[in-house]
Amino acid sequence: MKIGIIDYGMGNLFSVEQAVKRLGAEVLISADKEELLTADALILPGVGAFPDAMARLEETNLVSLFDDVVATKKPLLGICLGMQLLFEESIEKGDNKGLGLFKGSIAEFSGEDAEGKTYRVPHMGWNNLQFKRYPTWLSKEALDNDYVYFVHSFYATDVEELDLVAYADYGGEIVPGIVQKGSITGMQFHPEKSGSCGVTLLTSWLQGIEKGEV
Amino acid sequence: MLTKRIIPCLDVKEGRVVKGVQFVSLRDAGDPVELAKFYNEQGADELVFLDISATHEGRETMVDVVRETASALSIPFTVGGGIRTLEDMKRMLRAGADKVSVNSAALQNPQLIKEGSDYFGAQCIVVAIDAKWSEEDGTWMIYTHGGRNKLQKEAIAWAKEAVALGAGELLVTSMDKDGEKSGFDNALLKEIRAAVNVPVIASGGAGNAEHFYETLTEADADAALAASIFHYKETSVAEVKNYLRNKGVAVR
Repeated sequence: MKIGIIDYGMGNLFSVEQAVKRLGAEVLISADKEELLTADALILPGVGAFPDAMARLEETNLVSLFDDVVATKKPLLGICLGMQLLFEESIEKGDNKGLGLFKGSIAEFSGEDAEGKTYRVPHMGWNNLQFKRYPTWLSKEALDNDYVYFVHSFYATDVEELDLVAYADYGGEIVPGIVQKGSITGMQFHPEKSGSCGVTLLTSWLQGIEKGEV
Repeated sequence: MLTKRIIPCLDVKEGRVVKGVQFVSLRDAGDPVELAKFYNEQGADELVFLDISATHEGRETMVDVVRETASALSIPFTVGGGIRTLEDMKRMLRAGADKVSVNSAALQNPQLIKEGSDYFGAQCIVVAIDAKWSEEDGTWMIYTHGGRNKLQKEAIAWAKEAVALGAGELLVTSMDKDGEKSGFDNALLKEIRAAVNVPVIASGGAGNAEHFYETLTEADADAALAASIFHYKETSVAEVKNYLRNKGVAVR
């Protein structure tokens, strides 16, 4: 199985590449749409700012790749900023349009909860996922723990109830951790850095692709 | 719920792990990648590599250590020591580090924090602060060169400045407590934590599991770091986390 990692110049692909390779999949790193479409599934990584990332996707002519991904139901996993880009819009450094594969918008942690108590921003460290449902490719039994590694200052809001798979509780906010709609999945945390839980999530996703469940 | 993090620190010199007692006498304690794997299995939440190499070759070796660690590990890690430019940051992050930590270079050129933060995002930029109580000034001051040189800079003011410039996390080492194993400097940590809104890692002074409990609760540090007590197996990451769990602290 071949996993294409979308290389649009945003952040460190090495850890994602290594994590996927450790699980036995072949990795193709590319910025070329046609080449990426030869992969069995795609990963959209990303570290950095939302507007810069969208600009990079446009410059590298990769925005239309996502139309093909949707049309052909090619499995896609967005990680961290890569997940945020799948939403309609973000307020990071102004009003920005996203790829719009998920409904909802990306907002910034305020640093203060409803009772006026301050909390740390970025949301950095290990938080537990609370599952609303399990996608076909992921079974509850497969997960031996639910701690994953988050590091972000922006998060998805107004997410469709049906798209939300799991969330974390931070600063009194429901922070979407996993979203999924059809073949498209987003993970706000870093599965490639999330110890055994991350390994289980990535393994399940890869096996799901093989079985045609994603 | 977000958990408190326990972070072993590996001091690496010319590709080998060493640990200084009060940063002066050094002892060799092993291969960094093997040690990183060992700590990962023990339940470490993160790792910090501090490169104290004196030579260009040593620093080049560090890139290989980072790459090998990122290939083998599935937990995040930070690299500090010898990060002086945006290019240095880029090299380490591309090799697979999740964060870079800057100390003296940021004191000499605070704009480095902003450049790194704008380029990679605040979450990648850790500012390491070495602080020591000064009777003369009646507060904690910044020290460099392993605690030998005092700067005319207050630690708390520098912490605020670093965060305003874009630091996503602070690694605060007490030079009074470092190597003493008598507990973290919770008075210092409490003040810094109150002054900034980013996560704070407590460092310097860990001697036993209770010390971790104290700093993570009393000072409300977000994470606590230690080196020698883990390297010399005086306690283990697993033991510390069990202790914290039994005391009702949220750990992974």
